[in-house]
Amino acid sequence: MSTTTSQQPKSGVSIRDLCIHFDGHEVIQGLNLEIHEGEFLVLLGPSGCGKSTLLHSIAGLTDFESIAEGTVKIAGQDMTFADPSERGIGMVFQSYALYPTMTVEKNMSFGLRVAGCPKDEVQRRVQRVAAMLQLEPLLQRKPGQLSGGQRQRVAIGRALVREAAVLLFDEPLSNLDAKLRAELRRELKLLHKNLGSTMIYVTHDQVEAMTLASRIVVMKGGVIQQIGAPTEVYERPANLFVAGFLGAPGMNLVPGQLSVSASGEVGLSGALSADLAAYPFQQQPRDRQAVLLGIRPEHVRLDPQGAWRGVVHLIEPMGNHQVVWIQCGAQLLAAIVEDHVQLQPDQALSFQLDLARASLFDQASEQRL
Amino acid sequence: MSHSAVMMKTQAERRAQARGRFNPARWGIYAFLLTAALFFLAPLYIMLVTSFKTMEEIRLGQLFALPMNATLEPWRAAWSEVCTGVSCEGISAGFWNSVAIVVPSTILPVLIGALNGYALSFWRPRGAHVLFGILMLGAFIPVQVMIYPLVKVMAAVGLYSSLPGIVAVHLIFSMPVMTLLFRNYYSAIPPELFKAARIDGGGFWRIFVQLMLPMSTPIIVVAAIMQVTGVWNDYILGLVFAGREHLPMTVQLNNVINTTTGERLYNVNMAATILTSMVPLLVYFVSGRWFVRGIAAGAVKG
Repeated sequence: MSTTTSQQPKSGVSIRDLCIHFDGHEVIQGLNLEIHEGEFLVLLGPSGCGKSTLLHSIAGLTDFESIAEGTVKIAGQDMTFADPSERGIGMVFQSYALYPTMTVEKNMSFGLRVAGCPKDEVQRRVQRVAAMLQLEPLLQRKPGQLSGGQRQRVAIGRALVREAAVLLFDEPLSNLDAKLRAELRRELKLLHKNLGSTMIYVTHDQVEAMTLASRIVVMKGGVIQQIGAPTEVYERPANLFVAGFLGAPGMNLVPGQLSVSASGEVGLSGALSADLAAYPFQQQPRDRQAVLLGIRPEHVRLDPQGAWRGVVHLIEPMGNHQVVWIQCGAQLLAAIVEDHVQLQPDQALSFQLDLARASLFDQASEQRL
Repeated sequence: MSHSAVMMKTQAERRAQARGRFNPARWGIYAFLLTAALFFLAPLYIMLVTSFKTMEEIRLGQLFALPMNATLEPWRAAWSEVCTGVSCEGISAGFWNSVAIVVPSTILPVLIGALNGYALSFWRPRGAHVLFGILMLGAFIPVQVMIYPLVKVMAAVGLYSSLPGIVAVHLIFSMPVMTLLFRNYYSAIPPELFKAARIDGGGFWRIFVQLMLPMSTPIIVVAAIMQVTGVWNDYILGLVFAGREHLPMTVQLNNVINTTTGERLYNVNMAATILTSMVPLLVYFVSGRWFVRGIAAGAVKG
């Protein structure tokens, strides 16, 4: 027993061929995912993409009858149909889900008391977590007397007191205002750095995903679209959906057609013409292939010597930078420009595209080339 | 332009309405409310004054007059002397019978209704919807239809004409409304709360007792008020199922008033009636706000 657990990852989560049906509707379709010990994995996607269902199936909170196929292993043990309390997990919910009739202290210690933990041990663990999250002055208060941010800190504390190897977060910051959200985001990141426990975090907020994750899993329609480090998912989206989901303003997508010369040089024609010598193709381009050129606004640079010309359509000042919308033929391009550059609407300008960092997608398959 | 003019006018009107409290419409409303209040209070007034009069004074026929020589004698007689059928020990025996019926017939339905609502809302057993549907259907079937079969059932299990029997009958008939009340209350509680308790290792009973019941105080009060007033005012079930030893106060009151031998003692009858309605009256006065809530909650069933 002890030898098998030492060989297995101590707190990794392994999901194999998971299929979940609700009323005959397939919510998760044959999903495979390895979550490494100590990693901060973010499940990112629009609502209804199955990310919450996936998290709930790890927690054991889905109706077991809806699991049509597959296994969920936590720390090497098959937990597919285990009771939530037996899985060695802690969970934080969007609506805090604090027990309203209990004090903060009782909220945090409820799980330990249920498990029959000795009193002094309960006391010790609650004190330790309360100190970590600066909850000591609030211990005797009821949840109704706390602010939103305090409530979510208590909910995090309740999950931590269990000293579970795997912590699950279901959109924990979505009910907070922007300033508090940024503050708690940093606290969570620091917490992960200090504790080193495995964290699985569901969100539809790309900023949370980018800032927190060691790896991001982008989901759509119950299927994983891409798994990768935040920068990888941002810079090299695997398909059109991932490209569109990350980034604000979104990636510029320009339709065009490839031309492959006899010597193998690839060019793009269409709304923007370009030489694609710098582009790192993963797939062999075909001549006359219909594609979309995806280029992030920060990779559109204003440059008097630039190869492309356009007219300023609209300017959105953001304080530390400005988003300039450039009319380029029929195509509208967003560009991120430093705030000190003076521009007027209808002003003509030239710009440069950083094609080495662009993305090309096949129009039919929507996959990255 | 014309639109904003209309807006201005209505705003000005509203302001005038707020200033001049007593315009004709308001007078009309108050006149109606006053009439309605008098209409419903007049019988209570007549009952009260009559109950303090002697029989000689009642024979004068001055229905609305205050008692000339107010006396508590009719109240004493109603409580401890008046004949209810064969025995003449007053209505107090019926009072204690009713108390003995009401207490368990409130505690049990409230607890079991809460348990039903909890199980239906959070554990969702297989077929929960069908079960709940059947239960609700039960609420629409008139009580009279079930009396005869229920008498047979009670007799078969040996509970007919007994205190546990009448309590069981009240429990059965209260289940749809009690379950509905608690199910609606619990369905407004975020399911995440239940999920958090599941992760913390809470089982069926622990989550119910330690988490859900402490959160249910408002609905428990509403449910208890509905049960207390409903069971206290019950006549037909008590008459049929309670047995002669446990006849509730309402049935005893009927026996007092319908006694045909000798002079009809209006003052004693009035006192007995007021005594019988004392418990629901007290409940209304003490908990008016809660009671209205209970009616509103019960109205959901349509």
